[in-house]
Amino acid sequence: MKSRVIKVETLARVEGEGGVFLKISDGKVGETRLRIYEPPRFFEAFLRGRRYYEVPDITARICGICPVAYQMSAVHAIEDAFGVKIDGPLRDLRRLIYCGEWIESHVLHVAMLHAPDFLGYDDAIAMAKDQPERVMKALKLKKIGNDLVVMLGGREIHPINVCVGGFYKLPRKAELIKLLDPLKWGLDAAVELAEVAATLEFPDFTHEYEFVSLSQPGEYPFNGGRIVSSRGLDLAIKEYEFYFEERHIPHSNALHSVEKGFGPYHVGPLARFNLNFGKLTPRAQELAKEFGLLPAVKNPFKSILVRGIETVFAYEEAIRIIESYTPPDSPNVKVEPRKGIGFGASEAPRGMLYHRYRFGDDGTVRDAKIVPPTSQNLATIEQDLRNFATANLEMDRELLTLKLEQAVRNYDPCISCATHFVTVVDE
Amino acid sequence: MPAKRPRLAVFKFSSCDGCQLSLLDVEDELLAVAALVDIAYFPEASRRMLKGPYDVGLVEGSITTPHEVERIRFIRKACRVLITIGACATAGGIQALRNWRDVKEFTRLVYASPEHISTLDRSMPIGSYVRVDFELRGCPINKFQLLEVVNALLNKRKPVIPAHSVCMECKSRGNVCLMVAQETPCLGPVTHAGCGALCPSFNRGCYGCFGPMENPNSVSMAKQFVRLGVSRPDISLAFRKFNAYAESFRKESEAYEK
Repeated sequence: MKSRVIKVETLARVEGEGGVFLKISDGKVGETRLRIYEPPRFFEAFLRGRRYYEVPDITARICGICPVAYQMSAVHAIEDAFGVKIDGPLRDLRRLIYCGEWIESHVLHVAMLHAPDFLGYDDAIAMAKDQPERVMKALKLKKIGNDLVVMLGGREIHPINVCVGGFYKLPRKAELIKLLDPLKWGLDAAVELAEVAATLEFPDFTHEYEFVSLSQPGEYPFNGGRIVSSRGLDLAIKEYEFYFEERHIPHSNALHSVEKGFGPYHVGPLARFNLNFGKLTPRAQELAKEFGLLPAVKNPFKSILVRGIETVFAYEEAIRIIESYTPPDSPNVKVEPRKGIGFGASEAPRGMLYHRYRFGDDGTVRDAKIVPPTSQNLATIEQDLRNFATANLEMDRELLTLKLEQAVRNYDPCISCATHFVTVVDE
Repeated sequence: MPAKRPRLAVFKFSSCDGCQLSLLDVEDELLAVAALVDIAYFPEASRRMLKGPYDVGLVEGSITTPHEVERIRFIRKACRVLITIGACATAGGIQALRNWRDVKEFTRLVYASPEHISTLDRSMPIGSYVRVDFELRGCPINKFQLLEVVNALLNKRKPVIPAHSVCMECKSRGNVCLMVAQETPCLGPVTHAGCGALCPSFNRGCYGCFGPMENPNSVSMAKQFVRLGVSRPDISLAFRKFNAYAESFRKESEAYEK
């Protein structure tokens, strides 16, 4: 059999710049690369010498799609270093702004970036020509997520209201209440969107992944908790670097994370769903059962459906938080900087996002380490590309290329994020 | 619908994707915009990538690699009108923090195989390599200002984007001045308008994410910070953030560095 090369120069409908290269010769899949050519961005180096209170603003700039996730992991790590714990309504408001980010990011991906693969369109705009109402409804659904982030954070991209210890300014209860009607409309629309996703045709492809996500009693994970995995890991966040490491590979400006002594692992909606199913809100859980979607979901092409379920969850959770909200006495808890090291993690829409900071006495950053979800998934994505191509050697070239692109988009990769995790060696 | 819609392209350089995402964040207007212009190249949104020439190119991100230098020159030739969107493209952005550091040194410290990493010593705005027809400020840009620019182009008029300071926006919102009333340091007096005085409205001082206004008096801004008790290193850090390499901010950050 002759050799074939599948090459995608510029991957579309992903955040950031990457490509796919895969070689098939003598009926075997050889070299397989998810090429990351997005330039390196040295964020951890820039953080050195900055004040602790600047960190949420600076790390937000790693990603325009999930700035809230960066702000959340950062404030948790900083508060950990300074011995502060945020509870009660301030913690609820953090969950609420996270609901907003999940909604806008998930709906963007489900309806505009991923659905066109399943339905055979180049983009959502072409899709809107055939199904205008559906696309308009999805846009409205996404907008409500953004409205939530704007109300709590000031703007949807790089919000300005999150600070170490809480927020600069509290929302008024009346402002929150105003969002209830749109959120209730959105909950029904999110159910509809998930129902549409359930009718899609999923390629027959599964793998025994090592799923990794945050987990804690009584809630579907956003902020903090323990790190758990399908192989049975159960770790404190500060133990992360003992069990996971990053490797630099030549074809990538992003490092690849692996679980030490094991290999590639999988973070994101599938991991969260499989490890925290029982903590989903009632309607989200029922809907998943209706679809016959039960843990463990091992087909990554079904991530679109799990994102749909998580969108329903985020709407339900936002409504619950607003309905039970009692404003705290102060918009933030005062923090006293001190020398030390702090660890934090939260669940970005794309998966677990780990931060570590070391501070001097005056609250100046000495060094920082950030591990975004996409770099944790890169090795798994390459593994999927190899496995999918191996199982579909007979597929015609154009279709195989499309399916491989779709396999990358299963992870909603944020390539911009993944190139920002340069670790600086201690001085 | 006009017979021939203008062709729009969106290009990304070193950036966080946030400014181009603004185009997808105009949920209410997106389909209307897509009906008036032909979105010919926008990889973040579409698999359909048409070759140039384009009528309008929106450029996000700063130039940080030798390859990006070549690419922007090629893109300039392909675009009739070239508009930079956001602080990275107009001022070098947060990536310009490397401009005071030894990039080779930290690439070597960080990556196990530095020979695979290609990067420039400086992060520079698009305008330092090619001619730019219009610059839209902000980290991130204001999505309604982006709509205004596209709208103005379609109607062959000048975009209405005020170049005054954030102070004007605070006044029009009726905000009490944080610097006067609470002695909170605020870069509003020297910062380009466009955000709608967001930070002061949330009870925090402006941190300058839209970069310097037209003719800013950054020298006296810094002196005011001194009077408010801000330390010299903190004044330097305040100017050295998301628009660190914009000239007037750069000068103040260097003046107070030591």
